[in-house]
Amino acid sequence: MSDILSFDRVWVEYGDKIVLEQVSLSVAEGAFVSIVGPSGAGKSTFLRLTLGQERPTRGAIQLDGRPLRPEPGRDRGVVFQRYSVFPHLNAIENVLFGLDCEGSRFSGRLWGQKRRAARATAEAMLVQVGLGGALEVYPAQLSGGMQQRLAIAQALVMRPRILLLDEPFGALDPGVRLDMHGLITSLWREHQLTILMVTHDIKEAFKLGTRVLAFDKRRHDPQAPNRYGSVVVYDFPLDHKGTTAVPAELETLAERPET
Amino acid sequence: MRRLLNVRPSSGARFLLGFLPLLALALLYLAASSIRHAENPSEKILPTVGAMADQARIMALQVDPQTGAIPLWQDTGASLRRLGLGLSIATATTLILGLLIGVLPLARAGLGPLIAGIAVIPPIAVLPILFITFGLGETAKIVLIVVGVTPFMIRDLAGHIAAIPEEQIVKAQTLGASSWQIALRVALPQAMPRLLESLRLSLGPAWVFLISAEAIASDVGLGYRIFLVRRYLAMDIILPYVAWTALLAVAFDLILLTLSRRAYPWAHSARTR
Repeated sequence: MSDILSFDRVWVEYGDKIVLEQVSLSVAEGAFVSIVGPSGAGKSTFLRLTLGQERPTRGAIQLDGRPLRPEPGRDRGVVFQRYSVFPHLNAIENVLFGLDCEGSRFSGRLWGQKRRAARATAEAMLVQVGLGGALEVYPAQLSGGMQQRLAIAQALVMRPRILLLDEPFGALDPGVRLDMHGLITSLWREHQLTILMVTHDIKEAFKLGTRVLAFDKRRHDPQAPNRYGSVVVYDFPLDHKGTTAVPAELETLAERPET
Repeated sequence: MRRLLNVRPSSGARFLLGFLPLLALALLYLAASSIRHAENPSEKILPTVGAMADQARIMALQVDPQTGAIPLWQDTGASLRRLGLGLSIATATTLILGLLIGVLPLARAGLGPLIAGIAVIPPIAVLPILFITFGLGETAKIVLIVVGVTPFMIRDLAGHIAAIPEEQIVKAQTLGASSWQIALRVALPQAMPRLLESLRLSLGPAWVFLISAEAIASDVGLGYRIFLVRRYLAMDIILPYVAWTALLAVAFDLILLTLSRRAYPWAHSARTR
Protein backbone atom coordinates (compact mmCIF):
# COMPACT_ATOMS: atom_id res chain seq x y z
CA MET A 1 0.00 0.00 0.00
CA SER A 2 1.18 3.50 -0.79
CA ASP A 3 1.58 6.33 1.67
CA ILE A 4 -1.23 8.81 1.75
CA LEU A 5 0.12 11.21 4.37
CA SER A 6 3.70 11.96 5.34
CA PHE A 7 5.33 14.21 7.90
CA ASP A 8 8.93 15.15 7.22
CA ARG A 9 10.87 16.53 10.21
CA VAL A 10 7.96 18.64 11.42
CA TRP A 11 8.48 21.09 14.30
CA VAL A 12 5.81 23.14 16.02
CA GLU A 13 6.91 25.93 18.34
CA TYR A 14 4.93 28.69 20.06
CA GLY A 15 7.61 31.20 20.95
CA ASP A 16 9.81 29.42 23.50
CA LYS A 17 7.45 26.50 23.87
CA ILE A 18 8.31 23.50 21.75
CA VAL A 19 5.27 21.32 21.14
CA LEU A 20 6.38 18.89 18.46
CA GLU A 21 10.01 18.07 17.86
CA GLN A 22 11.13 16.72 14.52
CA VAL A 23 8.20 14.41 13.87
CA SER A 24 8.67 12.21 10.81
CA LEU A 25 6.17 9.54 9.91
CA SER A 26 4.06 8.31 7.09
CA VAL A 27 0.61 6.78 7.01
CA ALA A 28 -0.32 4.06 4.53
CA GLU A 29 -3.57 4.24 2.59
CA GLY A 30 -6.28 2.24 4.31
CA ALA A 31 -4.67 2.41 7.74
CA PHE A 32 -6.62 3.04 10.96
CA VAL A 33 -4.13 4.97 13.06
CA SER A 34 -4.89 5.53 16.73
CA ILE A 35 -3.04 8.39 18.38
CA VAL A 36 -2.57 8.33 22.14
CA GLY A 37 -0.49 10.18 24.70
CA PRO A 38 -0.85 12.23 27.87
CA SER A 39 -2.50 15.66 27.82
CA GLY A 40 -0.28 18.31 26.36
CA ALA A 41 1.80 15.79 24.37
CA GLY A 42 0.85 17.29 21.04
CA LYS A 43 -1.83 14.81 19.90
CA SER A 44 -4.24 17.62 19.12
CA THR A 45 -1.51 19.70 17.54
CA PHE A 46 -0.73 16.75 15.26
CA LEU A 47 -4.38 16.57 14.26
CA ARG A 48 -4.63 20.34 13.75
CA LEU A 49 -1.57 20.17 11.49
CA THR A 50 -3.17 17.45 9.39
CA LEU A 51 -6.40 19.39 9.27
CA GLY A 52 -4.55 22.51 8.15
CA GLN A 53 -5.75 24.58 11.10
CA GLU A 54 -2.13 25.13 12.00
CA ARG A 55 1.14 25.26 10.02
CA PRO A 56 4.38 23.60 11.05
CA THR A 57 7.12 25.98 12.19
CA ARG A 58 9.56 23.86 10.22
CA GLY A 59 9.29 20.75 8.12
CA ALA A 60 6.87 19.60 5.46
CA ILE A 61 3.58 17.71 5.34
CA GLN A 62 2.45 15.93 2.21
CA LEU A 63 -0.93 14.51 1.31
CA ASP A 64 -1.00 12.18 -1.70
CA GLY A 65 2.52 13.28 -2.57
CA ARG A 66 1.63 16.96 -2.77
CA PRO A 67 2.29 19.63 -0.14
CA LEU A 68 -0.70 19.86 2.20
CA ARG A 69 -2.85 22.95 1.65
CA PRO A 70 -2.58 24.87 4.94
CA GLU A 71 -6.32 25.26 5.50
CA PRO A 72 -9.11 22.74 6.04
CA GLY A 73 -10.37 21.27 2.80
CA ARG A 74 -12.55 18.62 1.22
CA ASP A 75 -9.77 16.00 1.10
CA ARG A 76 -9.77 15.73 4.92
CA GLY A 77 -13.02 14.96 6.71
CA VAL A 78 -13.32 15.52 10.44
CA VAL A 79 -15.43 14.55 13.43
CA PHE A 80 -14.82 16.45 16.66
CA GLN A 81 -15.86 15.43 20.15
CA ARG A 82 -18.58 18.09 20.10
CA TYR A 83 -20.09 20.83 17.92
CA SER A 84 -19.39 19.16 14.61
CA VAL A 85 -22.95 19.26 13.31
CA PHE A 86 -24.94 22.36 12.43
CA PRO A 87 -27.66 23.04 15.02
CA HIS A 88 -29.86 24.95 12.56
CA LEU A 89 -30.09 22.10 10.06
CA ASN A 90 -31.93 18.82 10.55
CA ALA A 91 -30.19 15.48 10.02
CA ILE A 92 -30.66 15.20 6.27
CA GLU A 93 -29.86 18.88 5.71
CA ASN A 94 -26.66 18.41 7.71
CA VAL A 95 -25.59 15.59 5.39
CA LEU A 96 -26.73 17.51 2.31
CA PHE A 97 -24.62 20.54 3.31
CA GLY A 98 -21.41 19.41 1.58
CA LEU A 99 -23.24 18.25 -1.54
CA ASP A 100 -25.12 21.56 -1.65
CA CYS A 101 -21.88 23.55 -1.43
CA GLU A 102 -20.28 21.40 -4.12
CA GLY A 103 -23.20 21.70 -6.51
CA SER A 104 -24.02 25.38 -6.18
CA ARG A 105 -21.23 27.83 -5.59
CA PHE A 106 -23.39 30.90 -5.26
CA SER A 107 -26.58 29.92 -3.45
CA GLY A 108 -25.08 26.93 -1.63
CA ARG A 109 -28.27 25.00 -2.34
CA LEU A 110 -29.26 22.43 -4.92
CA TRP A 111 -32.62 22.45 -6.69
CA GLY A 112 -34.79 20.12 -8.70
CA GLN A 113 -33.35 16.93 -10.15
CA LYS A 114 -29.89 17.47 -8.65
CA ARG A 115 -31.40 18.00 -5.22
CA ARG A 116 -33.39 14.78 -5.42
CA ALA A 117 -30.24 12.86 -6.39
CA ALA A 118 -28.24 14.44 -3.58
CA ARG A 119 -31.06 13.73 -1.14
CA ALA A 120 -31.03 10.07 -2.09
CA THR A 121 -27.27 9.92 -1.54
CA ALA A 122 -27.59 11.65 1.83
CA GLU A 123 -30.44 9.42 2.88
CA ALA A 124 -28.48 6.28 2.01
CA MET A 125 -25.58 7.59 4.08
CA LEU A 126 -27.84 8.25 7.06
CA VAL A 127 -29.32 4.76 6.79
CA GLN A 128 -25.77 3.35 6.86
CA VAL A 129 -24.98 5.07 10.15
CA GLY A 130 -28.31 3.99 11.62
CA LEU A 131 -30.15 7.31 11.40
CA GLY A 132 -32.59 6.25 8.69
CA GLY A 133 -35.50 6.94 11.03
CA ALA A 134 -34.41 10.44 12.08
CA LEU A 135 -34.03 12.30 8.79
CA GLU A 136 -35.94 15.42 9.78
CA VAL A 137 -34.76 15.63 13.39
CA TYR A 138 -32.67 18.58 14.60
CA PRO A 139 -29.36 17.84 16.39
CA ALA A 140 -30.64 19.25 19.70
CA GLN A 141 -33.18 16.43 19.79
CA LEU A 142 -30.57 13.72 19.07
CA SER A 143 -28.61 11.94 21.80
CA GLY A 144 -24.83 12.35 21.98
CA GLY A 145 -24.20 9.08 20.14
CA MET A 146 -26.71 9.91 17.42
CA GLN A 147 -25.10 13.33 16.94
CA GLN A 148 -21.74 11.63 16.39
CA ARG A 149 -23.35 9.24 13.90
CA LEU A 150 -24.69 12.27 12.08
CA ALA A 151 -21.27 13.98 12.14
CA ILE A 152 -19.69 10.84 10.65
CA ALA A 153 -22.32 10.60 7.91
CA GLN A 154 -21.89 14.29 7.14
CA ALA A 155 -18.13 13.82 6.68
CA LEU A 156 -18.27 10.51 4.78
CA VAL A 157 -20.79 11.63 2.18
CA MET A 158 -18.05 13.87 0.75
CA ARG A 159 -15.69 10.86 0.37
CA PRO A 160 -12.63 12.46 2.00
CA ARG A 161 -9.16 10.98 1.43
CA ILE A 162 -8.55 10.88 5.17
CA LEU A 163 -11.03 10.88 8.03
CA LEU A 164 -9.79 12.64 11.17
CA LEU A 165 -11.47 11.78 14.46
CA ASP A 166 -10.72 14.00 17.47
CA GLU A 167 -11.76 12.01 20.56
CA PRO A 168 -15.02 11.24 18.78
CA PHE A 169 -16.41 8.93 21.44
CA GLY A 170 -14.92 10.64 24.50
CA ALA A 171 -18.21 12.16 25.68
CA LEU A 172 -20.35 9.04 25.20
CA ASP A 173 -21.63 6.42 27.65
CA PRO A 174 -19.71 3.10 27.63
CA GLY A 175 -22.53 1.15 25.95
CA VAL A 176 -23.02 3.75 23.24
CA ARG A 177 -19.27 3.88 22.76
CA LEU A 178 -19.23 0.15 22.09
CA ASP A 179 -21.89 0.56 19.38
CA MET A 180 -19.88 3.36 17.83
CA HIS A 181 -16.76 1.15 17.75
CA GLY A 182 -18.71 -1.39 15.70
CA LEU A 183 -20.03 1.32 13.41
CA ILE A 184 -16.72 3.00 12.69
CA THR A 185 -14.97 -0.34 12.08
CA SER A 186 -17.58 -1.45 9.57
CA LEU A 187 -17.58 1.94 7.81
CA TRP A 188 -13.80 1.85 7.67
CA ARG A 189 -13.88 -1.57 5.96
CA GLU A 190 -16.77 -0.77 3.65
CA HIS A 191 -15.51 2.58 2.40
CA GLN A 192 -11.81 1.60 2.55
CA LEU A 193 -11.12 4.68 4.61
CA THR A 194 -7.87 5.98 5.99
CA ILE A 195 -8.56 7.08 9.55
CA LEU A 196 -6.52 9.06 12.07
CA MET A 197 -8.13 8.96 15.51
CA VAL A 198 -6.97 10.83 18.58
CA THR A 199 -8.19 9.20 21.78
CA HIS A 200 -7.60 9.24 25.52
CA ASP A 201 -8.69 5.65 25.81
CA ILE A 202 -5.74 3.32 25.24
CA LYS A 203 -7.92 0.22 25.06
CA GLU A 204 -10.03 1.86 22.40
CA ALA A 205 -6.86 2.78 20.50
CA PHE A 206 -5.68 -0.84 20.45
CA LYS A 207 -9.11 -2.26 19.75
CA LEU A 208 -9.83 -0.13 16.68
CA GLY A 209 -6.43 0.75 15.22
CA THR A 210 -4.21 -1.08 12.75
CA ARG A 211 -1.43 1.05 14.14
CA VAL A 212 -1.00 2.93 17.40
CA LEU A 213 1.12 6.06 17.66
CA ALA A 214 2.00 7.32 21.12
CA PHE A 215 3.13 10.92 21.47
CA ASP A 216 5.12 12.00 24.49
CA LYS A 217 8.05 14.15 25.45
CA ARG A 218 11.34 12.35 25.12
CA ARG A 219 12.90 14.29 27.98
CA HIS A 220 11.45 16.23 30.86
CA ASP A 221 13.38 19.14 32.34
CA PRO A 222 11.54 20.23 35.51
CA GLN A 223 13.28 23.61 35.33
CA ALA A 224 12.21 24.18 31.73
CA PRO A 225 9.14 22.10 30.93
CA ASN A 226 8.77 23.73 27.52
CA ARG A 227 12.33 23.11 26.44
CA TYR A 228 11.65 19.72 24.86
CA GLY A 229 8.85 18.94 22.45
CA SER A 230 6.97 15.71 21.89
CA VAL A 231 7.96 12.97 19.53
CA VAL A 232 6.41 9.67 18.54
CA VAL A 233 7.66 7.48 21.38
CA TYR A 234 5.91 4.26 20.34
CA ASP A 235 4.72 3.16 16.94
CA PHE A 236 2.94 -0.22 17.01
CA PRO A 237 1.65 -1.92 13.91
CA LEU A 238 -1.18 -4.29 14.85
CA ASP A 239 -2.42 -7.13 12.72
CA HIS A 240 -5.46 -7.94 14.87
CA LYS A 241 -4.79 -11.65 14.38
CA GLY A 242 -3.52 -12.38 17.85
CA THR A 243 -4.58 -10.67 21.03
CA THR A 244 -4.78 -6.95 21.14
CA ALA A 245 -3.46 -6.61 24.65
CA VAL A 246 -2.12 -3.22 25.56
CA PRO A 247 1.65 -3.32 26.05
CA ALA A 248 2.68 -2.72 29.65
CA GLU A 249 4.81 0.33 28.92
CA LEU A 250 1.77 2.06 27.39
CA GLU A 251 -0.62 1.26 30.23
CA THR A 252 0.82 4.08 32.30
CA LEU A 253 1.26 6.59 29.49
CA ALA A 254 -2.19 8.10 29.45
CA GLU A 255 -2.51 8.25 33.21
CA ARG A 256 0.64 10.25 33.83
CA PRO A 257 -0.25 13.75 34.97
CA GLU A 258 0.53 16.70 32.80
CA THR A 259 3.86 18.35 33.46
CA MET B 1 -37.45 24.60 56.05
CA ARG B 2 -37.29 25.08 52.30
CA ARG B 3 -35.04 27.83 51.04
CA LEU B 4 -36.91 30.83 49.71
CA LEU B 5 -35.24 30.53 46.32
CA ASN B 6 -36.65 27.03 45.89
CA VAL B 7 -40.25 28.15 46.29
CA ARG B 8 -41.67 28.24 42.76
CA PRO B 9 -45.17 29.56 42.10
CA SER B 10 -47.58 27.43 40.04
CA SER B 11 -48.77 28.94 36.78
CA GLY B 12 -52.00 30.16 38.36
CA ALA B 13 -50.18 31.69 41.30
CA ARG B 14 -47.68 33.26 38.93
CA PHE B 15 -50.49 34.96 37.03
CA LEU B 16 -52.00 36.21 40.26
CA LEU B 17 -48.66 37.44 41.58
CA GLY B 18 -48.04 39.34 38.36
CA PHE B 19 -51.53 40.82 38.43
CA LEU B 20 -51.43 42.03 42.05
CA PRO B 21 -48.91 44.90 41.68
CA LEU B 22 -50.80 46.18 38.63
CA LEU B 23 -54.06 46.10 40.56
CA ALA B 24 -52.43 47.81 43.55
CA LEU B 25 -51.06 50.55 41.32
CA ALA B 26 -54.46 51.11 39.69
CA LEU B 27 -56.23 51.27 43.07
CA LEU B 28 -53.59 53.65 44.40
CA TYR B 29 -54.15 55.93 41.41
CA LEU B 30 -57.91 55.85 41.76
CA ALA B 31 -57.69 56.66 45.45
CA ALA B 32 -55.22 59.50 44.97
CA SER B 33 -57.23 60.88 42.07
CA SER B 34 -60.52 60.90 43.97
CA ILE B 35 -58.91 62.48 47.05
CA ARG B 36 -57.49 65.29 44.97
CA HIS B 37 -60.73 65.77 43.10
CA ALA B 38 -62.64 65.99 46.39
CA GLU B 39 -60.32 68.85 47.40
CA ASN B 40 -60.26 70.57 44.03
CA PRO B 41 -62.86 69.79 41.34
CA SER B 42 -60.68 71.35 38.57
CA GLU B 43 -57.73 69.11 39.44
CA LYS B 44 -55.61 68.29 36.33
CA ILE B 45 -52.57 66.30 37.54
CA LEU B 46 -54.42 63.07 38.33
CA PRO B 47 -57.41 63.05 35.96
CA THR B 48 -60.28 60.65 36.58
CA VAL B 49 -60.69 57.55 34.47
CA GLY B 50 -63.83 59.07 32.99
CA ALA B 51 -61.99 62.21 31.90
CA MET B 52 -59.21 60.17 30.31
CA ALA B 53 -61.74 57.98 28.49
CA ASP B 54 -63.51 61.10 27.16
CA GLN B 55 -60.28 62.61 25.89
CA ALA B 56 -59.15 59.30 24.41
CA ARG B 57 -62.45 59.04 22.55
CA ILE B 58 -62.03 62.56 21.20
CA MET B 59 -58.42 61.95 20.11
CA ALA B 60 -59.16 58.56 18.57
CA LEU B 61 -62.51 59.20 16.90
CA GLN B 62 -62.99 62.89 16.12
CA VAL B 63 -61.54 64.66 13.12
CA ASP B 64 -59.48 67.68 14.10
CA PRO B 65 -60.96 70.52 11.99
CA GLN B 66 -57.57 72.26 11.74
CA THR B 67 -55.74 69.33 10.13
CA GLY B 68 -58.65 67.35 8.74
CA ALA B 69 -57.34 64.16 10.34
CA ILE B 70 -57.99 62.14 13.48
CA PRO B 71 -55.09 63.05 15.81
CA LEU B 72 -54.37 59.65 17.39
CA TRP B 73 -54.22 57.81 14.09
CA GLN B 74 -52.30 60.57 12.37
CA ASP B 75 -49.76 60.63 15.20
CA THR B 76 -49.52 56.84 15.34
CA GLY B 77 -49.06 56.58 11.58
CA ALA B 78 -46.29 59.20 11.51
CA SER B 79 -44.46 57.71 14.50
CA LEU B 80 -44.66 54.13 13.27
CA ARG B 81 -43.47 55.17 9.82
CA ARG B 82 -40.37 56.78 11.37
CA LEU B 83 -39.83 53.87 13.74
CA GLY B 84 -40.33 51.29 10.98
CA LEU B 85 -38.01 52.99 8.54
CA GLY B 86 -35.34 53.58 11.17
CA LEU B 87 -35.43 50.04 12.48
CA SER B 88 -35.52 48.54 8.97
CA ILE B 89 -32.42 50.45 7.96
CA ALA B 90 -30.75 49.55 11.27
CA THR B 91 -31.58 45.84 10.86
CA ALA B 92 -30.39 45.65 7.26
CA THR B 93 -27.15 47.45 8.11
CA THR B 94 -26.64 45.19 11.11
CA LEU B 95 -27.13 42.06 9.07
CA ILE B 96 -24.57 43.04 6.45
CA LEU B 97 -21.91 44.54 8.75
CA GLY B 98 -22.49 42.04 11.56
CA LEU B 99 -22.00 39.11 9.18
CA LEU B 100 -18.88 40.67 7.67
CA ILE B 101 -17.32 41.43 11.06
CA GLY B 102 -18.39 38.14 12.60
CA VAL B 103 -17.16 35.93 9.77
CA LEU B 104 -14.07 37.69 8.43
CA PRO B 105 -11.17 38.54 10.77
CA LEU B 106 -10.06 41.11 8.18
CA ALA B 107 -13.36 42.98 8.44
CA ARG B 108 -13.24 42.67 12.24
CA ALA B 109 -9.81 44.31 12.31
CA GLY B 110 -10.90 47.06 9.91
CA LEU B 111 -14.38 47.94 11.15
CA GLY B 112 -14.42 46.79 14.80
CA PRO B 113 -12.76 49.85 16.36
CA LEU B 114 -14.88 52.28 14.28
CA ILE B 115 -18.13 50.69 15.41
CA ALA B 116 -16.96 50.46 19.01
CA GLY B 117 -16.12 54.18 18.79
CA ILE B 118 -19.52 55.16 17.41
CA ALA B 119 -21.26 52.99 19.99
CA VAL B 120 -19.93 55.03 22.94
CA ILE B 121 -21.27 58.38 21.61
CA PRO B 122 -24.61 59.23 23.29
CA PRO B 123 -27.00 59.44 20.30
CA ILE B 124 -29.01 62.35 21.69
CA ALA B 125 -25.78 64.37 21.78
CA VAL B 126 -25.51 64.10 18.01
CA LEU B 127 -29.13 65.11 17.44
CA PRO B 128 -28.20 68.77 16.86
CA ILE B 129 -25.66 67.63 14.28
CA LEU B 130 -28.37 65.61 12.57
CA PHE B 131 -30.81 68.53 12.58
CA ILE B 132 -28.13 70.81 11.12
CA THR B 133 -27.12 68.24 8.51
CA PHE B 134 -30.47 66.82 7.48
CA GLY B 135 -32.79 69.68 8.40
CA LEU B 136 -35.79 69.40 10.70
CA GLY B 137 -37.71 66.97 8.46
CA GLU B 138 -38.22 63.23 8.60
CA THR B 139 -34.63 62.30 7.69
CA ALA B 140 -33.04 63.56 10.91
CA LYS B 141 -35.53 61.62 13.07
CA ILE B 142 -35.01 58.39 11.16
CA VAL B 143 -31.24 58.82 11.18
CA LEU B 144 -31.31 59.38 14.95
CA ILE B 145 -32.99 55.98 15.44
CA VAL B 146 -30.51 54.34 13.07
CA VAL B 147 -27.48 55.94 14.74
CA GLY B 148 -28.88 55.16 18.16
CA VAL B 149 -29.49 51.44 17.82
CA THR B 150 -27.28 50.15 14.98
CA PRO B 151 -23.84 50.12 16.66
CA PHE B 152 -25.20 48.11 19.58
CA MET B 153 -26.97 45.69 17.25
CA ILE B 154 -23.89 45.21 15.07
CA ARG B 155 -21.66 44.49 18.03
CA ASP B 156 -24.17 42.07 19.49
CA LEU B 157 -24.63 40.19 16.22
CA ALA B 158 -20.92 40.11 15.31
CA GLY B 159 -20.12 38.80 18.79
CA HIS B 160 -22.75 36.11 18.46
CA ILE B 161 -21.46 35.00 15.05
CA ALA B 162 -17.85 35.04 16.21
CA ALA B 163 -18.91 32.77 19.09
CA ILE B 164 -20.10 30.00 16.74
CA PRO B 165 -17.86 27.08 17.75
CA GLU B 166 -14.65 26.88 15.74
CA GLU B 167 -15.44 23.20 15.14
CA GLN B 168 -18.47 24.10 13.04
CA ILE B 169 -16.49 26.49 10.86
CA VAL B 170 -13.70 23.93 10.37
CA LYS B 171 -16.24 21.22 9.65
CA ALA B 172 -17.89 23.39 6.99
CA GLN B 173 -14.52 23.92 5.36
CA THR B 174 -13.81 20.19 5.31
CA LEU B 175 -17.16 19.79 3.54
CA GLY B 176 -15.86 22.11 0.83
CA ALA B 177 -17.69 25.32 1.78
CA SER B 178 -16.20 28.63 0.64
CA SER B 179 -16.12 31.79 2.78
CA TRP B 180 -19.29 32.97 1.03
CA GLN B 181 -21.06 29.66 1.53
CA ILE B 182 -20.08 29.59 5.21
CA ALA B 183 -21.42 33.12 5.66
CA LEU B 184 -24.63 32.27 3.82
CA ARG B 185 -25.39 28.80 5.14
CA VAL B 186 -23.67 28.57 8.53
CA ALA B 187 -23.42 32.11 9.94
CA LEU B 188 -26.54 33.78 8.48
CA PRO B 189 -29.17 31.25 9.64
CA GLN B 190 -27.64 31.08 13.10
CA ALA B 191 -27.50 34.88 13.24
CA MET B 192 -31.18 35.42 12.36
CA PRO B 193 -32.79 34.48 15.70
CA ARG B 194 -30.21 36.59 17.50
CA LEU B 195 -30.88 39.50 15.16
CA LEU B 196 -34.60 39.34 15.97
CA GLU B 197 -33.78 39.19 19.67
CA SER B 198 -31.48 42.16 19.44
CA LEU B 199 -34.16 44.02 17.48
CA ARG B 200 -36.59 43.32 20.33
CA LEU B 201 -34.09 44.74 22.82
CA SER B 202 -33.52 47.77 20.58
CA LEU B 203 -37.21 48.66 20.42
CA GLY B 204 -36.98 50.38 23.81
CA PRO B 205 -34.11 52.71 22.91
CA ALA B 206 -35.61 53.28 19.45
CA TRP B 207 -38.83 54.61 21.06
CA VAL B 208 -36.75 56.88 23.30
CA PHE B 209 -34.94 58.37 20.30
CA LEU B 210 -38.19 58.72 18.34
CA ILE B 211 -40.05 60.52 21.13
CA SER B 212 -37.05 62.79 21.79
CA ALA B 213 -36.74 63.80 18.16
CA GLU B 214 -40.48 64.37 17.87
CA ALA B 215 -40.55 66.42 21.05
CA ILE B 216 -37.85 68.75 19.78
CA ALA B 217 -38.87 69.35 16.17
CA SER B 218 -42.03 67.95 14.63
CA ASP B 219 -45.63 68.78 13.81
CA VAL B 220 -47.07 65.29 14.04
CA GLY B 221 -46.30 62.13 16.00
CA LEU B 222 -46.98 60.54 19.37
CA GLY B 223 -44.02 62.31 21.01
CA TYR B 224 -45.02 65.61 19.42
CA ARG B 225 -48.57 65.35 20.79
CA ILE B 226 -47.46 64.44 24.31
CA PHE B 227 -45.08 67.36 24.49
CA LEU B 228 -47.60 69.71 22.88
CA VAL B 229 -50.44 69.08 25.35
CA ARG B 230 -47.96 69.19 28.24
CA ARG B 231 -48.20 72.99 27.95
CA TYR B 232 -51.83 72.76 29.04
CA LEU B 233 -51.12 70.20 31.76
CA ALA B 234 -53.44 67.89 29.80
CA MET B 235 -52.68 64.75 31.74
CA ASP B 236 -55.99 63.33 30.54
CA ILE B 237 -54.44 63.19 27.02
CA ILE B 238 -50.87 62.40 28.01
CA LEU B 239 -51.71 59.31 30.05
CA PRO B 240 -53.83 57.58 27.36
CA TYR B 241 -51.11 58.39 24.81
CA VAL B 242 -48.42 56.86 27.02
CA ALA B 243 -50.60 53.78 27.57
CA TRP B 244 -51.16 53.48 23.81
CA THR B 245 -47.40 53.76 23.17
CA ALA B 246 -46.73 51.06 25.74
CA LEU B 247 -49.35 48.83 24.11
CA LEU B 248 -47.72 49.28 20.71
CA ALA B 249 -44.31 48.40 22.17
CA VAL B 250 -45.63 45.23 23.78
CA ALA B 251 -47.37 44.25 20.54
CA PHE B 252 -44.19 44.61 18.47
CA ASP B 253 -42.24 42.62 21.03
CA LEU B 254 -44.77 39.78 20.86
CA ILE B 255 -44.86 39.86 17.06
CA LEU B 256 -41.07 39.58 16.83
CA LEU B 257 -40.97 36.78 19.40
CA THR B 258 -43.68 34.82 17.57
CA LEU B 259 -41.92 35.36 14.26
CA SER B 260 -38.66 34.05 15.67
CA ARG B 261 -40.34 30.99 17.21
CA ARG B 262 -42.13 30.18 13.96
CA ALA B 263 -39.18 30.73 11.64
CA TYR B 264 -36.38 29.33 13.79
CA PRO B 265 -37.84 26.59 15.97
CA TRP B 266 -34.41 24.97 16.37
CA ALA B 267 -33.09 28.06 18.19
CA HIS B 268 -35.93 28.02 20.70
CA SER B 269 -36.22 24.28 21.24
CA ALA B 270 -32.48 24.05 21.94
CA ARG B 271 -32.80 26.62 24.69
CA THR B 272 -35.63 24.96 26.53
CA ARG B 273 -33.90 21.58 26.63
